[in-house]
Amino acid sequence: MMNIPLNIVSTVHDWLFSIMPEGVATVTEWIIVAALYLALFAVIGLYLVLLERKVAAWFQLRLGPNRVGPWGIFQTIADALKLVSKEIYNPARVDGFLFKIAPYFVIVGALISMSVFPFSKQFQAFDINIGIFFLFSVSSIGVIGILLGGWASNNKFALIGAMRSGLQTISYELSVGLSLLTMVLLAGSLQLSEIIEVQRTGGWLILQGHIPAIIAFMIFMIAGTAETNRAPFDLVEAESELGAGFHTEYSGMQFAYFFLAEFINMFIISSIAVVLFFGGWLSPFGITEGITWFPEFLWFFIKVLIIIFLMMWFRWTFPRLRVDQLLTLEWKYLLPLNLVNLVIMAVVIWLNWTF
Amino acid sequence: MSYFSDIYNGIKTLLTGMSVTGGYFIRARKGSITQQYPDNRDTLKMFDRFRGEVVMPHDDHNEHHCTGCQKCEIACPNGSIEIVWDRQVDPETGKKKKMIDKHIYHLSMCTMCGLCIEACPTDAIVWAQNYENSVYDRALLTKVLNQPGSKVKAGIED
Repeated sequence: MMNIPLNIVSTVHDWLFSIMPEGVATVTEWIIVAALYLALFAVIGLYLVLLERKVAAWFQLRLGPNRVGPWGIFQTIADALKLVSKEIYNPARVDGFLFKIAPYFVIVGALISMSVFPFSKQFQAFDINIGIFFLFSVSSIGVIGILLGGWASNNKFALIGAMRSGLQTISYELSVGLSLLTMVLLAGSLQLSEIIEVQRTGGWLILQGHIPAIIAFMIFMIAGTAETNRAPFDLVEAESELGAGFHTEYSGMQFAYFFLAEFINMFIISSIAVVLFFGGWLSPFGITEGITWFPEFLWFFIKVLIIIFLMMWFRWTFPRLRVDQLLTLEWKYLLPLNLVNLVIMAVVIWLNWTF
Repeated sequence: MSYFSDIYNGIKTLLTGMSVTGGYFIRARKGSITQQYPDNRDTLKMFDRFRGEVVMPHDDHNEHHCTGCQKCEIACPNGSIEIVWDRQVDPETGKKKKMIDKHIYHLSMCTMCGLCIEACPTDAIVWAQNYENSVYDRALLTKVLNQPGSKVKAGIED
């Protein structure tokens, strides 16, 4: 059997290069890939919002959206259409320039990080050899957008929300970085496709690294939830305290960018977890290894959805932390445990105790 | 050494919370508590203590329990109840007796406090479980609770 998606891609590639000069064809290909990723971005964002609302409803014994289309599957598309058609309103005393560019920082940061993920063996836009490092730096750009938005809004609630976001991201970035470092130590590479190749022979990294890997996974999930500003770490947009937090003054599509970026960030954190701990697009126990036509990205998305469900489960179970509790958790518990865990992982690898 | 026991207890309590919500998540398919209201209008039954509006039940002989004592009218804090009454000769005993002509109830003014129903000594008025009480004409909200031609049930005053 042939690999159908790869076939389509190479056909389009050959066709483009046959009808136009090489330079133009390359640029056209870039634009097509960017458009594809934008479409993927919008679809993932919208359907994660729907999933969040459905899962939240089931946690609370409700039904969730069920009016627009069968089982409400067009609900978020209708919401997005409404937001597109709304006026983008600039309040009188905001800092106009910063206010307008802030949503783009958030959304561009999220979009760039999407490009490096290996959704399957061929479905990867940008296989860079410092993948994890690049991902980690780019996904931190988002907080600049949040800080800018909160500052430029000229609103007390927005400023408090943005400052909390800065504090939270600076603290929890450490834990995310150190837990990723623990896993990179085990994988021996920063390149995402390379990390998955390591897991093809030796099993998923969470099994290879056993105890330190499981601790790293727990710390990564806690810190990753904090990175995405989701409950129980949603002090940034604590509805009961700050109105809507940093995006209080935003309306229409600018608001939608912030809103979608939150869900895309959740997808990114889950994807990092899947690549580093659960073998990316590899099937569990290699059950579809021999089937060449099987779309491997399905495994990637199934695993990502499971991790996302875990994050939603956190959100609808735990109450919001206070600021001092947030900092205590990071600096007194997660950071020391993480440093010790890094040493344990190094010792495990040194003595060859990995599976 | 409370540091490590704090971590242990923290994880344990978080997992307890997650098991509770996880249980809800799994059971949510069997029955959600949401009423899909306009769709289930035919089968929707209000619970017993729901306060729809005040009604006066009549039995098969078109007899009610209201003696016209006016306790409900006095108990009502905002004058939603007006009783038009008269002294008439009771055909059975031949004595003059207080009888209601109209028990007028203004649903538009009623706050559903229930003081009239608590005040009624003969349980002549009760809560109905009906809903969808909105109408286009305000006059329709002024209701006469006793049916035309009805009379008080014999022996209720004793």
